[in-house]
Amino acid sequence: MSKETYDVVIVGAGIVGAACADAFAKRGLRVAVVDRDVVGSGATAAGMGHIVVMDDSDAQFALTHYSQRLWQELRPELPEDVEFEQSGTIWVAADEDEMSEVLRKQEYYEKRAVAVEVIDARQLKEAEPNLRDGLAGGLLVPGDAVLYPPCAARFLILRAQARGAKLRLGASVVQISEGSVRLNDGQEIAGGTVVNAAGANAAELTVGIDVKKRKGHLVITDRYPGFLRHQLVELGYLKSAHSVSRDSVAFNVQPRRTGQILIGSSRQYGAEHKEVDQVMLANMVRRAQEYMPTLGSMSAVRVWTGFRAATPDKLPLIGPCPGYKAVFLATGHEGLGITTSLGTASILVDQVMGSKPEIAVEPYLPSRTAKEYAHA
Amino acid sequence: MNNYSRERFDVLVVGGGPAGIAAAVRAAETAARVGIVDEDVTTGGQIWRGGPSGGKHSSEASRWLEQLKKAGVIELCGKRVFHYPEAGILMAEGLNDIWELSYRNLVLATGARERFLPFPGWTLQNVMGAGGLQALVKSGLPIRGKRVVVAGSGPLLLAVASYLRKHGAEIPLICEQASWSQLARFATKLIRFPEKIRQGLQLRRDIAGIPLAASSWPVAAHGKGTLEAAIISRTGKSETVKCDYLACGFHLVPNSELPILLGCRTRNGYVQVNDFQQTTVDGVLCAGEPTGIGGVDLALVEGQIAGLAATGRTSEALALFSKRERFRRFARLLDETFCLCSELRTLPSGDTLICRCEDVPYSRLREHTSWRAAKLHTRCGMGPCQGRICGPATQFLFKWNPDSVRPPVFPARVAHLAAQPQSIPEVTGEIQ
Amino acid sequence: MPSEVTVRVNGVTVSVPAGATVAVAMVIAGQPCRTSVTGEVRGPLCGMGICFECRATVNGLPHSRTCQLLCEPDMEVKMDE
Repeated sequence: MSKETYDVVIVGAGIVGAACADAFAKRGLRVAVVDRDVVGSGATAAGMGHIVVMDDSDAQFALTHYSQRLWQELRPELPEDVEFEQSGTIWVAADEDEMSEVLRKQEYYEKRAVAVEVIDARQLKEAEPNLRDGLAGGLLVPGDAVLYPPCAARFLILRAQARGAKLRLGASVVQISEGSVRLNDGQEIAGGTVVNAAGANAAELTVGIDVKKRKGHLVITDRYPGFLRHQLVELGYLKSAHSVSRDSVAFNVQPRRTGQILIGSSRQYGAEHKEVDQVMLANMVRRAQEYMPTLGSMSAVRVWTGFRAATPDKLPLIGPCPGYKAVFLATGHEGLGITTSLGTASILVDQVMGSKPEIAVEPYLPSRTAKEYAHA
Repeated sequence: MNNYSRERFDVLVVGGGPAGIAAAVRAAETAARVGIVDEDVTTGGQIWRGGPSGGKHSSEASRWLEQLKKAGVIELCGKRVFHYPEAGILMAEGLNDIWELSYRNLVLATGARERFLPFPGWTLQNVMGAGGLQALVKSGLPIRGKRVVVAGSGPLLLAVASYLRKHGAEIPLICEQASWSQLARFATKLIRFPEKIRQGLQLRRDIAGIPLAASSWPVAAHGKGTLEAAIISRTGKSETVKCDYLACGFHLVPNSELPILLGCRTRNGYVQVNDFQQTTVDGVLCAGEPTGIGGVDLALVEGQIAGLAATGRTSEALALFSKRERFRRFARLLDETFCLCSELRTLPSGDTLICRCEDVPYSRLREHTSWRAAKLHTRCGMGPCQGRICGPATQFLFKWNPDSVRPPVFPARVAHLAAQPQSIPEVTGEIQ
Repeated sequence: MPSEVTVRVNGVTVSVPAGATVAVAMVIAGQPCRTSVTGEVRGPLCGMGICFECRATVNGLPHSRTCQLLCEPDMEVKMDE
């Protein structure tokens, strides 16, 4: 890579950085992408690849819904190795309390024209025979899908490269300044606009932004075709809402195209090392077995971890970085990076180029947090 | 969870081959409570494998196996170590049970496995490792009257050919990829190792009459679902050899996954040990092939030193140092002689599968510049073998460096991943 | 102790020497152990429990490593998916 000037320099070749690269390149801008490892090697490699619509807040719904539409539009162009499957999601209710949450969700989604279906205990058992007896029912969201994130990131990067984008791997960015980034080997890459899409490491590059690492674990099994049809997620968070636990697990399983079962999910605060944490793993696996007992006898082939980029209000940071003139943020996506990557890229490009975004961007602006940011 | 058992040992040996057995026997000479755990149905490892057609053990093997029985060592066979949840504890899994094994001192004697290099047709049934076919024959596979081509590299090939022939196989050819000059140099240097000369001469007698080709390797395996013939390259020329089995392995690579998981430092894939077979981790020793491929003699000496050192008998261990040094020199000779020629990198074609677990062909791997990228984007190495087969192959083909090791070091039941030696702090659920 | 054990491999009855592994029974029967992700039939490769090519469904339990499993009378062995 020579000392060229680019229109945009993107730090991070994960799913968000890749989506941004693709979106900018499509608009005819000269793009450079830098990553300290390989494409899709951060949280992207530890994501479940769940393309899901969420309703924790209107802003979260808006971004996930918009993004999900963009994935559907992209779907025909996705190669085989991205393994896009429209498996749908079932939010599983363990008891009547959770069923009322199901009904609330149903009302919320139906008001916004998202197709959902409330299913009772019998229907749930029919849809997923390997769930334990005694569950109350659930909410089926047929529009949700799954894919294999590293290959999705790679597809987007390749598309950007086909339009002239340059990719530099194995290079750490040590400093982001106005109009350039400096690499660990001393090289400078100049860009009219710099985008920090470095995920869990974003706060190291643009000091003062509130992005913290939230560690997660994943288990993948050998092939058991037909065992699971939908992505299953528990609604159990209601129970623990009053117990302020720093670390948590939730039942979350996904069928992969090969018939392998992906098991999650766990959340830890303050963990910096990527080694498997036995306490979290044990709890996560136990939780999964509580919902699907026969999961326990399956052969687990791999266990791995990753770091999500978490913000205090559970919404990502997409827009101008406070304290800078031409540095933007595209980070803080926590567990929704895969889903919202396309939507993020779209509204970011709009902001940079001054075009009108399809959804309101205010909820995601980094400036929404009251902090004063010191210029690095 | 299935049956949960706990055992405490003063010395726990992982691996029931020659090194592990020697370590356990020596350690058990004291009052120490010694255990040996192996995933196979009986002890013996690969080289001393029993079974219906295992045949009579050599007198040396018999002696050691008998000593193991007499020594009061607790044998846990059919249990596979898969996890290291905290210092001093290993988790092992059997068919329907799970074992929590605590130890004060640990001897890792996890042995070696064959290196497989892919070539067109290598995934056909009845194409197996050289040691692989031997293992099956020892486990009862009839081989009388079957035609077996033995190929690859290393002294294992001759041992396998000798064994198979003794059991009635017809061996049309042994193909060694090393050159005649490499083999000749090896033969002359054997002078320094009298025991090896005797073994070598015996082997020569055993395989008398079997054509041995140097600078030779399989170029392809043909057949419809099952092997029918092997195409062999001999100094540039190809020939078709009809056969029922192709026993093909390119020397050995160490099983260092468990040592690495425990934090032991390695160099070039081998576990680093000091003179007393101690690794860089306190209380963890390593003996046999993981410290360097050197065969059964070196394994027995290293195992003994480890067993003595683990029970504090350093002066007795010292007495074995010179013997070990002799056998280490032999190991270095093996390394030099059987290094792989670069032509072997041309064996796979674009659609030859490199990763057999995920069916990833060579052409897809060539698009990537590192093991990490290849793994992430093709899933090569993400299957149940956890890269044990495709890892050494890609290291040779692409000069890629392997990844870090994570638990479980072998696939284990999901429920067993939740095994927790201490009582677990309760973690409440929360949605994503 | 009987010198032979009878098991069924993909419906075919096979007699093997006592102490033989299930992998051996499958090779004797000429039956593949499993099909790969892309549908290739596979049999044992390493013989020592590392390659996972010998996985088959034994008495209903999928993904059993047959090269480390002894044959027992009337075992039901089926090809792994």
